[in-house]
Amino acid sequence: MSKRIDVKDLNVYYSKFLAVEDVNISIEARSVTAFIGPSGCGKSTFLRTLNRMHEVIPGAHVEGEVLLDGDDLYDPAVDPVTVRGQVGMVFQRPNPFPTMSIRDNVLAGVKLNNKRISRSDADALVEKSLRGANLWNEVKDRLGRPGSGLSGGQQQRLCIARAIAVSPQVILMDEPCSALDPISTLAIEDLINELKADYTVVIVTHNMQQAARVSDKTAFFNIAGTGKPGKLIEYADTTTIFNKPLQKSTEDYVSGRFG
Amino acid sequence: MSSALLKTRRSQLTKGRLPGYAIWVVLGTAVVLAAAVSALIGFDVLVWALIAAVFFVAGATLVTAAAEGRRKAADSLMTYLVYGAFVIALLPLLSVIWTVLERGLPGLSYDFFFTSMNGVTGATDNASAENGTPVLGGAYHAIVGTLQITLWATLVSVPIGLLAAVYLVEYGRGGALDRAITFFVDVMTGIPSIVAGLFAAALFALLFGPGTRTGFVASVALSVLMIPVVVRSTEEMLKIVPNELREASYALGVRKWRTIVKVVVPTAISGIASGVTLAIARVVGETAPILVTAGFASSINLNVFGGWMSTLPTFIYYQILTPTSPTNIDASTQRAWAAALILIIMVMLLNVVARLVARIFAPRTSR
Amino acid sequence: MTSVRGAQRPTSDPKGTPVATTTLTRRDAAGKSGDRVFSGAALGAGILILVVLFGVAVFLIIQALPVLGADPADITGGEGFGAYIFPIVVGTVIAAAIALLLATPLGIGVALFISHYAPRRLAMTFGYLVDLLAAIPSVVYGAWGYAVLAPRLAVVYGWLAENLGWIPLFAGPASQTGKTILTAGIVLAVMVLPIITSLSREIFLQTPTLHEEAALAMGATRLEMIRMAVLPFARAGIVSAAMLGLGRALGETMAVALVLSGGALTASLIQSGNQTIAAEIALNFPEAYGLRLSELIAAGLVLFVITLAVNIIARWIISRHREFSGAN
Repeated sequence: MSKRIDVKDLNVYYSKFLAVEDVNISIEARSVTAFIGPSGCGKSTFLRTLNRMHEVIPGAHVEGEVLLDGDDLYDPAVDPVTVRGQVGMVFQRPNPFPTMSIRDNVLAGVKLNNKRISRSDADALVEKSLRGANLWNEVKDRLGRPGSGLSGGQQQRLCIARAIAVSPQVILMDEPCSALDPISTLAIEDLINELKADYTVVIVTHNMQQAARVSDKTAFFNIAGTGKPGKLIEYADTTTIFNKPLQKSTEDYVSGRFG
Repeated sequence: MSSALLKTRRSQLTKGRLPGYAIWVVLGTAVVLAAAVSALIGFDVLVWALIAAVFFVAGATLVTAAAEGRRKAADSLMTYLVYGAFVIALLPLLSVIWTVLERGLPGLSYDFFFTSMNGVTGATDNASAENGTPVLGGAYHAIVGTLQITLWATLVSVPIGLLAAVYLVEYGRGGALDRAITFFVDVMTGIPSIVAGLFAAALFALLFGPGTRTGFVASVALSVLMIPVVVRSTEEMLKIVPNELREASYALGVRKWRTIVKVVVPTAISGIASGVTLAIARVVGETAPILVTAGFASSINLNVFGGWMSTLPTFIYYQILTPTSPTNIDASTQRAWAAALILIIMVMLLNVVARLVARIFAPRTSR
Repeated sequence: MTSVRGAQRPTSDPKGTPVATTTLTRRDAAGKSGDRVFSGAALGAGILILVVLFGVAVFLIIQALPVLGADPADITGGEGFGAYIFPIVVGTVIAAAIALLLATPLGIGVALFISHYAPRRLAMTFGYLVDLLAAIPSVVYGAWGYAVLAPRLAVVYGWLAENLGWIPLFAGPASQTGKTILTAGIVLAVMVLPIITSLSREIFLQTPTLHEEAALAMGATRLEMIRMAVLPFARAGIVSAAMLGLGRALGETMAVALVLSGGALTASLIQSGNQTIAAEIALNFPEAYGLRLSELIAAGLVLFVITLAVNIIARWIISRHREFSGAN
């Protein structure tokens, strides 16, 4: 249960402003792909177009195609809600639902959609998802407690558990560790390595070491200047990007000369 | 040796400041002088306090001006005025509460709560005054009327207010319509309550013929007053729900309306409930709209859709303005203050409940 | 992956039969209509509010119309609607003006007390106490003014008439009961005080701390700091708070109906006389029918227009202020 993503000639606009220009990229199933680049280069914006979350912002729209195993996300007949059921997302700051317990947070995707689920199935799903997020042992005795009582790193893993509980094909992560301490970050990075076995993972990160540690392939985005659109500069195996990049600007960025 | 010298030398930083006791000297002098003056023009505690306050502020300012300069004097004058303003603002509050307690408590009894004014006439009041028996008649019908009219007003305005707020926060994109709704909701908060009453009266007069007065007409009038309060408070509460929660829900493939109903509203529910309670507290004491829409009744009417109805505020109003017995108005006055006490207790309870709801049911966040 | 467009291309399901939908285009009609119904209901509620406000104006106009065509002699007072409404409009304005004159400085003082003078720990409690003033129902204020305040003030009015009677505002003979427009104005002042206080307090508390500290660091006293940093920042807010208080005072009914023994327009504030629109309606509506009813509704319409104008101006000031202050 994992799908590949092919993006063709994608432009992203905020109203009339062109935020990301002409992206072509193919992301393999069961791999970890990292998006790196300086702030404001459009990597998060682009990430959000992969599950149509950018549409939450009024005026945002795209041109081009994003194919999920060949099916265009932007086909007029496609309901964005269906897309998001298949392409899950984890956000920068952990955001468990404050009104729900740990258990209910994991089941949120199922319950909020009013799907009926038997108690034993729900228990099984909760355990499976929390184990998948490496959180089960830490919370199994307090599933009824509020999710907001966990530590930041635990909350983020709870959010990952919540995302995988709806069994998506792809998991998008928008700087999932930027609000976490190093120990929690390590736990999330370990988890990403394990998730690769079942899911296609796309992660936006500011931390180049993190990209080098967790990803198979890396995409470098850059922006020519303020008010200019962000572009995909180079996309290759992570080792290539960090050791022998083709583009000068990629080399400058990964070697810390700017950004 | 030098330390002994230092002890006697005053700090450069405190030089030229009034010693702490100076202000108390001024206060004492002012009180004594004021007593003398008020004795001259006829003694009265209030007059005495007033004159003493004036003397104290003037004296203290002058003393400060002499010792510490004009800037300091202006500063301390302002301090006295600001403190004085607060004391003056508290006077009516204390006076009102004291009056209501003092005059309302004697009239409170089981019978007052559970009998109506049905059959209570001027003769009844005259008889109880002559024989020294307890005052008969009570506010049962008015309490029942208040509860019914308020309940219906809540039932009408909460769904409308909630949905309108949801529209403004969750669906509105700042277009002309949204701005118009926001603006007119603000304007609506300023509609005089009597105009809201006239509106409901005029509306029902056109629909069901002139002189249509029922509890429900009053509920509609109160709704006009309640809706903007509900909208505003709900709006505020929905706005502080973090966007991250909405996004988290959307990212799980949850539809917008389910996100609103199951995530956004539950997160804000304590604030919303508290806002609704405050809105109820605001309208429960309204008098003018009831006067022009529900008429006046002296017996229990359980049907909000037919017949005139009394509420506590209109009961108070009529008991004061048109006493049941024109020759023995004390009975009516007593009933009015007892009803006022009940009304104030109701409003205060609603306020307390609103605060408790906001505090207790607030979603616990670790951040 | 071929480059054929997903929209036109039928995909194959496992059995190999071509179907028109992909895993992404599966229909979820119930869910979608749920979205539509809900957003429709929300929009409807928003529009309903506009309709209600519009309805207030329309229904009042319809019911007030008979006044226009009526013979002036049939209108109360016998000289037409203009002559009927003018004195009570003036009375309304006088009562509201007295309330505002008293409550604005007091309200600003109380707000400053809570925001800048009171001990931090007690400020919240003090704020709550002042808010309690707003919680007391208007009819209770009316009863209080009627039974407690008016008799007390009657003494003062007697003294005023005796000593300051040469000023037209205090011309005698003073009311023996104290039920005058000045008493009504004072009760109204108490009622609008919490409005002015809470709005000003909010604005005072929003003063950028940076400005306040800059002033204090220059050696300013507390008063100078308030004049340099707080008041300039809050000026528009105070004006709109006073305007909102004015709107409330203009439309307040019960306090005036109970406290004022109304009558013809007079300049003296300490005689009985004068009347406000709201009290005129409340006192006469229950017995009114026919043309008298239309008169009162027309009076209500006039009140509605006046308060609407005042509120719109206040809101306009607030919204302009918001753009400039950068407080958000």
